Amino acid sequence: MSQRGRSIGRTPRRTPALIFAALGDETRLILVARLSRGKPHSISALTRGSKLTRQAITKHLRVLERAKIVRSVRTGRESLFEFDPQPIEEMKTYLNLVSRQWDNTLSRLKSFVES
Amino acid sequence: MADRIEKRIELAAPISRVWRALTDYREFGEWFLVKLDGPFVPGQVSTGHITYPGYEHVKWEAVVQKMEPERYFSYTWHPYAADPNVDYSHETPTLVEFTLEATPTGTLLTVTETGFEKVPAGRRPDALRMNDRGWTQQIKNIESYVAKRP
Repeated sequence: MSQRGRSIGRTPRRTPALIFAALGDETRLILVARLSRGKPHSISALTRGSKLTRQAITKHLRVLERAKIVRSVRTGRESLFEFDPQPIEEMKTYLNLVSRQWDNTLSRLKSFVES
Repeated sequence: MADRIEKRIELAAPISRVWRALTDYREFGEWFLVKLDGPFVPGQVSTGHITYPGYEHVKWEAVVQKMEPERYFSYTWHPYAADPNVDYSHETPTLVEFTLEATPTGTLLTVTETGFEKVPAGRRPDALRMNDRGWTQQIKNIESYVAKRP
């Protein structure tokens, strides 16, 4: 209830759940892989070489956009999509820190039970 | 991208010794660096405060889930609920699980922490700051420890 309440507004809170859900699909992972090479792509370019329709690709891009993994930039008449590594980096950094915290805690446990 | 943490560590101590270190609240506090108010009881809230230097103001609060003697111990908690002015109780906690297995030389301990996809993004900056300082300090501790015992 409160979680949902806080998400309403112009800039919804970006939760890790959104990122994980966005990446939990093969088509979207392929799209992210293509975009993560750095160059922005148009929807047409992303549809070429895919079995999916332009409409389907657009839908997947919107999911990635909501998770802020990609963003669209307008150039002239066309929307280009580009990769934003920050949300994924943030999650990785967070989990790495929790992971290191456990390493320290467990090494204290080791000294404790082995002494 | 993995949304869980899993650690495995070999301990040169019998499983009964490791079980006691994990589930006796005073022993747990010795290595986890927390002063607990009372014993762990499944289904009940465990309270206390962190004793790690510099973080004594941080409260410990967890809900003990399961205790299966010498095999499995679990609790849920809010990782790095460090800001005393923030009420974390409505947030979905993460689940910490300890699993013990006897080995020829002692005990294999597996620790998993899951449920990070539910940790609100808004809390992460604070968690990072706390953690970063903690880690820097820990490195110094390890360095001075190693220096004393070459």
